[in-house]
Amino acid sequence: MPTATIYTLIKQLFTKKATNPFPVKYTPDNMHAAAALIGSGKLKINPYVRIPPNFRGKMSYDKESCIGCKLCLKVCPSEALVFKEEEKKVKHYVARCTFCGQCADICPKDCFVLTDEFLIAGTDKYAEELIINP
Amino acid sequence: MRNEGKDETTYEVPIGPIHPALKEPFLIKFKIDGERIVGAEAHPGMNHRGIEFMGMHRNPYKVIPLSERICGICSIVHQHMFVTAVEHAASIEPTNRARYIRVIMSELERIHSHVLWAGVAAHEIGFDTHLHFTWMIREKVMDLLEYITGNRVNYAMWTFGGVNRDIPKKMYPKIEATLKYYEELYGKLEEIFLGDPSIRLRTIGVGVLTKEEALNLCGVGPTVRASGVRKDVRIDQPYAAYGDLDIEYQLPSLYGYKDTGDVFSKTLVRLKELVQSIDIIRQCLDQIPNEDINSEPKMAATLNKLKKADGEGIGRIEAPRGEAFHYVRLKEGKEELDCWKVRASTYNNLATYAPMFMGEQIADIPIIAACIDPCIGCMDRAEIVDVNTGKRWEYEHEELQRLSVKKTEKLLGGLKR
Repeated sequence: MPTATIYTLIKQLFTKKATNPFPVKYTPDNMHAAAALIGSGKLKINPYVRIPPNFRGKMSYDKESCIGCKLCLKVCPSEALVFKEEEKKVKHYVARCTFCGQCADICPKDCFVLTDEFLIAGTDKYAEELIINP
Repeated sequence: MRNEGKDETTYEVPIGPIHPALKEPFLIKFKIDGERIVGAEAHPGMNHRGIEFMGMHRNPYKVIPLSERICGICSIVHQHMFVTAVEHAASIEPTNRARYIRVIMSELERIHSHVLWAGVAAHEIGFDTHLHFTWMIREKVMDLLEYITGNRVNYAMWTFGGVNRDIPKKMYPKIEATLKYYEELYGKLEEIFLGDPSIRLRTIGVGVLTKEEALNLCGVGPTVRASGVRKDVRIDQPYAAYGDLDIEYQLPSLYGYKDTGDVFSKTLVRLKELVQSIDIIRQCLDQIPNEDINSEPKMAATLNKLKKADGEGIGRIEAPRGEAFHYVRLKEGKEELDCWKVRASTYNNLATYAPMFMGEQIADIPIIAACIDPCIGCMDRAEIVDVNTGKRWEYEHEELQRLSVKKTEKLLGGLKR
């Protein structure tokens, strides 16, 4: 029985695959190690799908302009921010972050900016790259 | 006929409803007579995560991202309700532009939820091609939500007094393109779900919920609108910007069908609501006023206001699955919420299972269970008790689905002859 579904299925045999095998066909165990390989030109990657304009990725923290008002700690839902008493600055655990962006909204000095960086997956949540201002 | 003591002892066997392979933990106990169901009992409560308790130890701002994570599909619904409840309790007024953006986001999610449901329903009766088709077209609205908010599933869009992100004019063409895409595809969806003879055989007259039962059991959403009950919070008690918009109850009788309350009517109502959502978003884009997106630009000021606030509030909205609400109580001088209660729409709709299952076949269990769009209730494990022999056994979800597929094949074979 020729139905509409059959035509769709046949058409799909010849269309481009929706899945983008980024960065390589089989995901490496450690993204940062893979990034180093890419940097030295040893690994060739597939380009990534374009990220949306308002994308909320890894936080960037401007340590110099931070005044230590602790407002960001009051709105962080996942306790990803820890206050360092002796330094009067904030420590940020990227692995705990939910990327809601509330700290960036409340900060009176705009110390936090949610960047476009999304390659932050790793096996060790306390890795050097995953703690800002350690 | 039923042996009470025996029932309870068998239920005690903890064949865990929580299992990594299951979608959501849930249990329904059935009593069957041969192939017919003569009793159904829903046993929720396997998915209690203590989210309300967690919320009562945080300040309201910390609870917004938490409330999003109550459900994986309706993250917009729960933040909307929670934010409305807190605004109600603390007398914060959102700006008009924020109200319109809230409506646009809610309706986009309704499109997403209904298309997803259509795929699940098709899967339960053995049409996996339709599952893949509907989930493929669902990607478009997911992409749009990602484009507007920046994230694919948890949007972090709501805040007290407004929204976090604006929908500027430059985003309109993409929204309009997506709406057009759905409008063009709608004919195909209707052809598949309302016109296909094999789907009609599996849905017409199955899982009937009469109007009286729907009213008595306090069902909500498309589940009872399919039975002809005029119930929709968007019209009955307008919230956000729904009061300014032109909306109508989507009943099967509006389109020349009977309000039978079977699975077919529920499918019809959901598909028609998809068209309605497209229309609502268009109205919003036309009428949206040019204002700030938040009535209080300084978040710290709102934080202080919430600390001083004293009172209770409710957020009552029409989720894609039906009416749901949040209750919040704030105490003066206390940063954390004093009380938080969530009532999702599936809680009401579970009661409608009993009349819908009555007299149906075992192979109809998956589609009837899916027809209320249960949020915690995928048919993970069902216990069957044969009332004639007293024998009891359990069906795994896969086996039930196989039975369901077999029934479709049988009906299709009958059609060919």
